[in-house]
Amino acid sequence: MTATESIIKTEALSKRYNHQTAVEALSFGVEEGEIFGFLGPNGAGKTTTLLMLLGLTRPSEGTASVCGFDPQRRAMEIKRLVGYLPENVGYYGEMDAVQTLEFIADLNGMDKKDMGWRIEDVINLVGLGDSATKKVGAYSRGMKQRLGIAEVLLKNPKVLFLDEPTLGLDPDGAIRIIELIQSLNRERNITVLLSSHHLHQVQKISHRVGIMIKGKMVAEGSIDQLAREKFGVGGKEYTLEEIYLKYFQEV
Amino acid sequence: MNGLFAIYRKELADYFSSYRFVILFALIAMVSFITSYMAGISLRESLAQDPKGSRFLFLMLFSTAGARFSMIQFVAFFGPLMGLFLGFDAINRERAQGTLVKVVSQPIYRDAVINGKFLAGATVITVMIVAVVLVIAGFGLTLLGVVPEVEEILRLAVYVVISIFYISFWLGVSILFSILFRSTATSALASVAAWILFSFVIFFGASAVANAVAPVDKEGADLETVMRNVQITEAVSAFSPMVLYMNSTATIVDPKVNTTKSLVLQGPWEQLLSARFQSPLSLGQSLIVVLPYVISLVAISLICFAVSYIVFMVQEIRM
Repeated sequence: MTATESIIKTEALSKRYNHQTAVEALSFGVEEGEIFGFLGPNGAGKTTTLLMLLGLTRPSEGTASVCGFDPQRRAMEIKRLVGYLPENVGYYGEMDAVQTLEFIADLNGMDKKDMGWRIEDVINLVGLGDSATKKVGAYSRGMKQRLGIAEVLLKNPKVLFLDEPTLGLDPDGAIRIIELIQSLNRERNITVLLSSHHLHQVQKISHRVGIMIKGKMVAEGSIDQLAREKFGVGGKEYTLEEIYLKYFQEV
Repeated sequence: MNGLFAIYRKELADYFSSYRFVILFALIAMVSFITSYMAGISLRESLAQDPKGSRFLFLMLFSTAGARFSMIQFVAFFGPLMGLFLGFDAINRERAQGTLVKVVSQPIYRDAVINGKFLAGATVITVMIVAVVLVIAGFGLTLLGVVPEVEEILRLAVYVVISIFYISFWLGVSILFSILFRSTATSALASVAAWILFSFVIFFGASAVANAVAPVDKEGADLETVMRNVQITEAVSAFSPMVLYMNSTATIVDPKVNTTKSLVLQGPWEQLLSARFQSPLSLGQSLIVVLPYVISLVAISLICFAVSYIVFMVQEIRM
């Protein structure tokens, strides 16, 4: 970790549910402006970590800070700055994209006069311009996922938490989402915490990755560093998948 | 106040555009038409026999049981279903479709979700009750040709307010169940079970308890035992929101009711007084008679909402 203040930082963060440990003594940091690939098998505690960072779940022990705020005390400030796209996010099927975004804008306390152009802006950005007035119930999975990204962008976030944004998408849809994330990071300098099982795509866009297994962060660093650690050579020869499996087998 | 009005507006729009609301409203409008028509017809007959009639003819539209039941009884029995119908899937549906996490991860307080939903439901209830009362009033005006007095209008207003509290209590119950149970079918069933328990079963329970504690057999027990029996029955049935509601509205809508005590429990002077003075109570006096019931009704509504509130605030958002 660098000496500069990380935009996301946790220290010995733990969460236990009835003696079952979901997250154990997690300490990691994410720097401003980076895409951090948050990897790990299902049930490793990634979603629990994200919920703790947003102040939606109370940690059993440890502290965290997001954009300089403590999630336990200043969750409201964090939720203003962080866009969270949950895994398997749901929609109100009877609304269209514009109505959905209007509701989100309303929840964010956005001014009525700004609402119109900002909604149009994010709809065009995610490429839903043609289906903006179609009922969300009739959307394909890829369109829903893009609408989800439009929702989190509406608040003009500094940080995005994306939990499996490409899950269940066809290759074309997944690539579009990944490219969108990359361009948001480059053009708007949005820090992204990206949880995904599509290791190939994560490798393409992540600056650094963290591998979480059974509630513990077993590795954290750039792909190059991790490869060197495990295989003794630079990361160019190894794919993230190989590195990930190596860590996974060792635990 | 962050997000409260956003949730409120959305919920209200959802209600008014849902089939649920249309079905509910059609049902209630139909029943209120029928009961007020029945009441109107029987009132007109009694008016033909006794042209001077009663002073509060207009109010009797609501309290006279024409053929089967009066409007007031109808609301007492089936009003709860209205509240339950509006709230039984408030939280668990959002949870199941995955929108709850999304909503609470916006910059709002978590309680805005439940407050907004409760307020929107209470607004729908208000709209329905007011509409129904106005329909009956208008219908009654043409049927009977009597103009309501100011006091009658005031009494109706009080009746409307108490009814809104009563039905909102059941809305609160169903929202509580929608927080406790993950499946909407389970919470619907649990709500209906609670309704049956507190509106019907509790009467049997009350007399069972009373007979166990102070048995009154056929040979005739002493007065003391009879009084205790009645007291216990009344105390147990006071747990029923319906009893609280019926006691309070009966007195409000019918000015001639001057006590909610049963005859056994009245002292000799009370009996004498109520037999002597048949003149109707003023609104203020009626209010004093029903105040304990109204306060209990408001109190149980608040307790129920507070429980929902606490459960929802500490519940894990993900499960």
